[in-house]
Amino acid sequence: MTVPRHLSSFGAEGFGAGRFPPELPARAGIGFKPQHFDELIAQAHRIGFIEVHAENYMGDGGLPLARLSALRERFPLSLHGVGLSIGGEAPLNEEHLARLARLVERFAPQSFSEHLAWSTHDDAYLNDLLPVAYDAPTLARVVEHVDRVQSRLKRQMLLENPSTYVAFRQSSYDEIDFIREVARRSGCGLLLDVNNVMVSATNHGRNPFQYIKDFPVELVKEIHLGGYAEAQDSLGARLLIDAHDSAVAEDVWPLYRATLARTGPVATLIEWDNDVPDFAVLATEAARAEAEMRAIASGAAA
Amino acid sequence: MSLNASLQSRFRQALLDPETAVPPEVTSWNGSDPAQRFAVYRNNVTVSLIEALGATFPTVKAMVGEDFFRDMARVYLRAHPPSSPMMVRFGESFPDFLAGFAPVATLAYLPDLARLEAARRRAFHAADAASLSPEDFASLDPAALPGLVVTLHPSLQVFSARHAAVSLWAAHQGQGALEAVDPHVPEEALILRPIYEVDIVPLPLGGASFFDDLRAGYPLGEAATRLAPEAAAHLPLLINTLVQSGVTISYAIQKDTGP
Repeated sequence: MTVPRHLSSFGAEGFGAGRFPPELPARAGIGFKPQHFDELIAQAHRIGFIEVHAENYMGDGGLPLARLSALRERFPLSLHGVGLSIGGEAPLNEEHLARLARLVERFAPQSFSEHLAWSTHDDAYLNDLLPVAYDAPTLARVVEHVDRVQSRLKRQMLLENPSTYVAFRQSSYDEIDFIREVARRSGCGLLLDVNNVMVSATNHGRNPFQYIKDFPVELVKEIHLGGYAEAQDSLGARLLIDAHDSAVAEDVWPLYRATLARTGPVATLIEWDNDVPDFAVLATEAARAEAEMRAIASGAAA
Repeated sequence: MSLNASLQSRFRQALLDPETAVPPEVTSWNGSDPAQRFAVYRNNVTVSLIEALGATFPTVKAMVGEDFFRDMARVYLRAHPPSSPMMVRFGESFPDFLAGFAPVATLAYLPDLARLEAARRRAFHAADAASLSPEDFASLDPAALPGLVVTLHPSLQVFSARHAAVSLWAAHQGQGALEAVDPHVPEEALILRPIYEVDIVPLPLGGASFFDDLRAGYPLGEAATRLAPEAAAHLPLLINTLVQSGVTISYAIQKDTGP
């Protein structure tokens, strides 16, 4: 194992609190994978921040938490939840929220984000981000849940736009209007997943650039980039799958550029969760995102 | 499923059971088959849960082979989907499921092997505590030993099985030949994580109840008298394990050791 014994004595921390600003930097970050720990520490300058899935750090102790403590000394942290089921019909799982609150307290992340999706129903956790209908009852429920999260965690959360494969007959809101309204009523910030924009726009016959144009970018505090896989629906139309198993697709980079043109440089995560490559590959993707940010910044200054 | 059931109830049902029709509210922009699109979610759920189960029970998977494991996991997850977003707990009921799953009835050792892998995972994620080292016991007066009361490591899983799960697991890690293991022999072990790595410390039979007794607060002397007759001869080895393995995190001497 690669974590020295003394790291287990790292307690809580408030660490990093003095060293890093309270918000994520306008740099590129990567999702932390345990196999990259040593290289990440050794080449920390290449990576602007790290993101972890909150649910992977809810054990009582051991290596995962010790590693996160060590990383927290060196990087700004984005804590990304995948299990709150904010779009669920049932009330939020308070036990889970309490676990999340403990993590937030211990690691003082620069950002906490969750998805506009549901994953739990009738006590079954389905381990996927499932789609919600964009109607008034769902809107009220999502606002209530975001409110609850923010009051329990005593901080603003970011809500992420979903990638979806189906639509619902009862949807009466456009996705962007729905998200804008959730943010307006709850005061949450937004995480704009540009890959999800490409996936959902393609899957529902819309123009992804128009989506970016219409999105309330003033609320965006983080961007996600990731790779998609491709299939076809029963009529042969492209059906993109949010697979996180490959490099950012070439057609997502121009969409990212169009996003940056509206947002300016903003913390951008390279998401790669399956068939995870070497650290060097992730660092190269991160560098490409930072080059895009620099180009936007210098263009704006010129 | 009742027509009055909520959309998410019916969505959930159709995700886990391919025989259940996709909810009629599900639609597509171009009139393509909603069921085919819905299948993406069904596949995500099923594949991710099968992978999670395989990651927790790699030795069980190796024993039955990848294809068989996938089919078996699919049956399991439909009947026992995760009950919490804490995926580190998913599969706790898998050993019991295996014990009642007819297609693996001839592999009688399989549930015990699964129990061992579940115990390893619990140890991996358990709370931290600093173990005592052998030197920490050096100053103990041997005469006081019967009154020794110990606090054991929070990661400790006292493991006792009717089959040779410890040897089978070890053989799969390359420690010993699989063919040399007689699976129908009971085995006991301590499973614990003194620092970051999970250790499996084999015990002589009867040792598991000895450590159960110590954890319940019995002083060493009393725990020794409670040993089964066939295990009594192993007392020095058990005390050695108590001192050497990192299983002890603190101790006290109880003056009155009488019953």
